[in-house]
Amino acid sequence: MIEMKSVSKWYGATQVLNDCSVKINKGEVVVVCGPSGSGKSTLIKTINALEPIQKGEIWVDGIAVHDRATNLPKMRSRVGMVFQHFELFPHLSVADNLTIAQVKVLGRRKDEAKKRGLQMLERVGLIEHQHKFPGQLSGGQQQRVAIARALSMDPIIMLFDEPTSALDPEMVGEVLDVMVGLASEGMTMMVVTHEMGFARKVSNRVIFMDVGGRILEDTTKDEFFGNIEDRQPRTREFLNKILQY
Amino acid sequence: MTYWQDVWDRWQFLWEDRGDGVTYFQWMISAWGYTVAVAATSLVIALVFGILIGTLRTISGHRVISAFAAAWVELFRNIPILVQLFIWFFVISELVPGMKSLPGFVLACCALGFFTSARIAEQIRAGIQALPAGQRNAGLAVGFTQFQTYRYVILPQTFRIIIPPLTSEAMNIVKNSSVAFAVSIPELISFAMQTQEETSRGIEVYLAATLLYALTALIVNQVMSFLERRTRIPGLTPQAQGAH
Ligand SMILES: Nc1ncnc2c1ncn2[C@@H]1O[C@H](COP(=O)(O)OP(=O)(O)OP(=O)(O)O)[C@@H](O)[C@H]1O
Ligand SMILES: [Mg+2]
Repeated sequence: MIEMKSVSKWYGATQVLNDCSVKINKGEVVVVCGPSGSGKSTLIKTINALEPIQKGEIWVDGIAVHDRATNLPKMRSRVGMVFQHFELFPHLSVADNLTIAQVKVLGRRKDEAKKRGLQMLERVGLIEHQHKFPGQLSGGQQQRVAIARALSMDPIIMLFDEPTSALDPEMVGEVLDVMVGLASEGMTMMVVTHEMGFARKVSNRVIFMDVGGRILEDTTKDEFFGNIEDRQPRTREFLNKILQY
Repeated sequence: MTYWQDVWDRWQFLWEDRGDGVTYFQWMISAWGYTVAVAATSLVIALVFGILIGTLRTISGHRVISAFAAAWVELFRNIPILVQLFIWFFVISELVPGMKSLPGFVLACCALGFFTSARIAEQIRAGIQALPAGQRNAGLAVGFTQFQTYRYVILPQTFRIIIPPLTSEAMNIVKNSSVAFAVSIPELISFAMQTQEETSRGIEVYLAATLLYALTALIVNQVMSFLERRTRIPGLTPQAQGAH
């Protein structure tokens, strides 16, 4: 479904992705973790070409993302993305946030788009908020609307970049619940997160990135959490830090 | 009593016929109309080009386009408006084929509109850059093209941010429209100067012109604050509009 082959990226002289290769099959949930600045956001953004790469190849469902000739908007419309800071369109109502891209990008009829959008809103448990604006919702609610917005496009994969790290602790659960539901329904997902509970519960694989943009580990969940002594020293150090409390 | 009688008398010239069947009052109103028309037309030109150029300045990765947009801003912002007006009248209209037949009104509006477009472009650029970078990514991520991202995500938020500076730009354009007298557009200042000469009622004439400018400014202000209220986004405080 997704394949990154030896992807490297530089900002000027600094290398932020170093020869990264990742393969994600249909229905897999892959969690990406690692210290701040290791390039997790950059990695996930290269998949839908929000960040260009200088070396390597990226394939999404047979489409060459790294190819300059590729129709990127069309490819992106099939890849759902959820951001750390929600990034709902603040000037549009919840209902319009859910429908605008369906209409303008997919060319769906308004009523059709609205029906699909509200289905997804129902699914994240916020149907009664359809007439509100993003600024009138809590962080957790905004993030659930953002997930519904991405789902309304019927994506083949969902990318999450630290979807809960800007949330107050009491709202993390409601967002993770939605994501667990998605995973159990077989959605292909790549999730940058430090929520190890989520990783343990639903992920198939865990990728650990280290400073310099290198993928240090790419293992099954059971292996990753099974025997911490088998992990690379850097991974152990990181896990000890985030699991300490 | 005689004092007020005197004041009253001094204003009577307004109802006098200038000699061509038009009273000074009628002339003044028509001059005011010219001022408003010059300002409004210029504002439309300024908005169209200001939005376009300001937006182009924020597009990354196109050297030629950004150099062109930057040059536009520097050129029209840094040459005095009166000089620009004369260039349109005496240089461009002479050199560019077809421009010769254009009425002075159009040339004056071009001069004022292009001058102001540079200032509006800068406000648009600043407004766009004040938005969180994530909004652009969010627009692209749902599959919008770059153009659609501007059209549906970035510009609607930018317009709300720049209503206050646009208000003062609209006021400026009303004030700056007075330079049009220099190329014989019969607007308020041109009315005031000629009427002053013909009637020697300098105080009254300039007082009246001042009042009309003030009235215009008041109307502009009201229209803009109406717009600001109408486009306010529920759930965002006015300061946080856009910069959430
Ligand atoms: N626009 C940019 N210009 C230059 N360097 C950048 C830019 N964006 C990111 N970087 C650098 O690239 C590296 C990777 O950044 P990235 O945001 O991908 O890290 P991250 O793993 O997501 O970190 P965090 O956990 O803090 O979100 C960092 O060292 C960062 O400083
Ligand atoms: Mg990040």
